[in-house]
Amino acid sequence: MKFAYEFRNAEYAKKLVEKLNNISSDKINIMEVCGTHTMAIFKYGIRDVLPSNINLISGPGCPVCVTPQSYIDAVLTLCTKEDIITATFGDMMRVPGKKGSLSKKKEEGFDVRIVYSPMDCLTMALQNPSKKIVFLSVGFETTAPMTSLTVIEAKKSNIKNLFFATANKIVPPVMEALVKDKELRIDAFLLPGHVCAIIGTKPYDFLSEDYNTPGVVTGFEPLDILQGLNTLVNLISKKDYRIMNEYKRVVKTVGNPYALEYLNKTFNIVDSNWRGIGRICGSGMEFNGKYEYFDALKHFEIEYEDYDGSPGCRCGEILKGKIKPSDCPLFKKLCSPENPVGSCMVSSEGTCAAYYRYHKDNI
Amino acid sequence: MNDTITLSHGSGGLQSNKLINEVFFKYFGNDILNQMNDAAQLEIDFKKLAFTTDSFVVNPIFFNGGNIGKLAVCGTVNDLAVSGAKPLYITSAFIIEEGFSIKKLEEIVMSMADEARNAGVKIVAGDTKVVEKGNVDGIFINTSGIGRIYENVNINCSNAREGDIVIVNGTLGDHGMTIMCARNELGLEGNLRSDCACLNSLVDIMLEAYGGIHVIRDATRGGVAAVLNEISEFSNVTIALEENNLPFKEEVKGATEMLGLDPLYIANEGKLCAFVPEAYAQKVLSAMRKHPLGSNATIIGKVTEEIGQRVYLNTVVGGKRLVDMPSGIQLPRIC
Repeated sequence: MKFAYEFRNAEYAKKLVEKLNNISSDKINIMEVCGTHTMAIFKYGIRDVLPSNINLISGPGCPVCVTPQSYIDAVLTLCTKEDIITATFGDMMRVPGKKGSLSKKKEEGFDVRIVYSPMDCLTMALQNPSKKIVFLSVGFETTAPMTSLTVIEAKKSNIKNLFFATANKIVPPVMEALVKDKELRIDAFLLPGHVCAIIGTKPYDFLSEDYNTPGVVTGFEPLDILQGLNTLVNLISKKDYRIMNEYKRVVKTVGNPYALEYLNKTFNIVDSNWRGIGRICGSGMEFNGKYEYFDALKHFEIEYEDYDGSPGCRCGEILKGKIKPSDCPLFKKLCSPENPVGSCMVSSEGTCAAYYRYHKDNI
Repeated sequence: MNDTITLSHGSGGLQSNKLINEVFFKYFGNDILNQMNDAAQLEIDFKKLAFTTDSFVVNPIFFNGGNIGKLAVCGTVNDLAVSGAKPLYITSAFIIEEGFSIKKLEEIVMSMADEARNAGVKIVAGDTKVVEKGNVDGIFINTSGIGRIYENVNINCSNAREGDIVIVNGTLGDHGMTIMCARNELGLEGNLRSDCACLNSLVDIMLEAYGGIHVIRDATRGGVAAVLNEISEFSNVTIALEENNLPFKEEVKGATEMLGLDPLYIANEGKLCAFVPEAYAQKVLSAMRKHPLGSNATIIGKVTEEIGQRVYLNTVVGGKRLVDMPSGIQLPRIC
C-alpha cells in the first residue's frame, strides 16, 4: 500500500465530507494542535468543504513557532564563537531573533549547516576534531528521542566536541493550559499524530477525565483528517468525551516504549517558556546530570535571559488560537515569508505561513 | 597533456592551444568554429532572432541523467525553443578550477557535443579561463545562443487567455530531487534521474500541430509553480490546476514526502508548460504523446474566467489552495 497516496483518494474524501455535513448542526470549536495538521488542512483546502458550524482553530503545535526569541539570540551568539559549527534543522534558519537569523549568519560567513537528523552531527564531530559542533535541538516528543539517541552515542563513543542547545518541549501541558483558558471555548482536539506515535494516547486522558473534552488522534493525509473530524463531531454530539485513536497504523496506545526509554535516560522534565504563551510548568526537557556536559548553553556559558517576541507581533495570540493571522496588523504588511517578524510566518508549520501561502481569501 | 588543468591552460599560450585542440575542437569542431576567428562570422537570412544566455554552476557536476555540460546546452537550446525559435548557434565559455581532471572535462565536452548534434545546433565560439584552486567549484559554464524566430508564431509570456488549457510534457520535479539526493547531504538514495533534455524537437511538433500556441515556458528553477505564477502575472490571468492530474514519478513523490517538500516547486530541466486554446488542446496533446519527450504529456489545468493574477489548486478533497510564487529555498522540515 502506498500510504501517502491511498489516503488522498478523492472518492472516499467526498463520502467523508458528506457524512460530516450530516452529523450535527451545533456550533463546534475544534483545535488542531499540530503544525503539520495546520499545513495539511490548508494544503488540501479542508476548511472549504467543512460545514459552516465547524470552526477549526490552529494551536501551538509548531516547535519553531513556540521557541522563544531569547533562545534564537542565544544561539546566534553561540554560532559566532570561534571554531563552532552550528548544525540545525532547516526550519530554524530564517527565524528572526533580535540579532538577525542563522541564515544571515551563514551569509556573513559563519559555519551554519542544515542537517536532517542530529545523528549526522556524530559524523560531523568525528570529521572535524578541531571544531565544536552545536546541534540546535528544537522539537516536541516526536524529534527529542533522536537527540537522546545521539547524545547517548556521543557519550558512549567518548565524543567530546559535540554539544546540544536544547529547547525541546512537551505538548500535553500546553494543551491543559489552553483547555483551561476561559477566553477559548475548545470543544474537542484533533490530537497530534506524530507526538502520539512516541507518547501514546494515555497522556491525553486528562482532557477527557478532567475537562470533558474529547480528542481524536489522527494522521496527516486528507482522509485521516476528515475521518478524525467525523469521529470528533460524533463524540461531541453524543456527549462522549473519550480519547480515540484513528491513526492506528502509526500510533499505539502505549506509544513507542523504546523512544520513551531513551527520553527518560537523557532528559529531566522542567518548566519552559513558550513564545507568546508564557511559562508552562513541566513542559520542557533539559539534559539530566549524566549528560549535562553536552549542554551547549551551559558549556559555553551563554547568558540566557527570557524574553519574547517583537513589538506588534501577535504570534502568541495566534498560537493560542485566539485570533487568526489576518487579525494581526503586521500580517502581509510588515510580516511576510520574505521578511518575517514572527516565527509563525517563517516556520514551514507556522499558522501565519499557512494562511499566507494557501488561504482561500487570497484566491 | 597533463591529467589535470593548470593555470597555464588558461594563459593563452602553448598549453591553452593544446587544450583547445585536443579537447574542445576535437568534439565541438565545425566549419565555423574551425576558422578559429576571434568571433564567429555567421550569415543569416532572417530578420527576427531570439538571443539568450545562461550560466551553470550545478553541484554535483555529474549526476544520474547528465552533467553540467549537458545542462548547459539543453538549458540554452530550451530557452530558444520555448520562445518560438529554431536554435541555431551556441557559444560556450568555461571557468575551470586549477586541478580539475582533464578526463572529466573531456566527458563534459563530449556530452555537450552530443547534445548539440542531437539538437541540430553548432557551437561556434567559446572561451576558457582557469582560476586558482578554491575560486570556483570545479567548473562553471556559460552558454549563449541565437535562434531564428518562426514566422507566424507569437509565443509570449503575456499571451495566456481565458480558456487556455495548461499542458506539461511529463513528470515534474525529477531534476531537482535527483540533484538534492545526489548531494548526499540528506542521506537519501533512490532511483532518481534528471530529466535534462533538449526540447526543441518536441516544440517543433507542438507548433506543427497548432502554430497558435499562446505560451510555452520551460519549468526550471522554482518548478512549475514559479513559471505558472510568472505567466499569471504577465498575462493577468487566474490559473486553476487539478491536483488529481499532476504527474509525478513514485520516487519523486516518496522523496518529497519524506522531506516535507512540495514537488510543484522543485526544478526541472526537460519539462515545459504550454498554454493552448481549448479547441486545439487535444490535438497538441496527441502530437506531444507521440514524441519521446512527451509520452507522459498531461493536461494539468486551465486559465479560468476569474479576475486577478493567481494560481490555485483544486485539491483532491474538493477544496482550493493557493500555489504561490516560491520564496527562498525549500528546506526540509523538523517533524
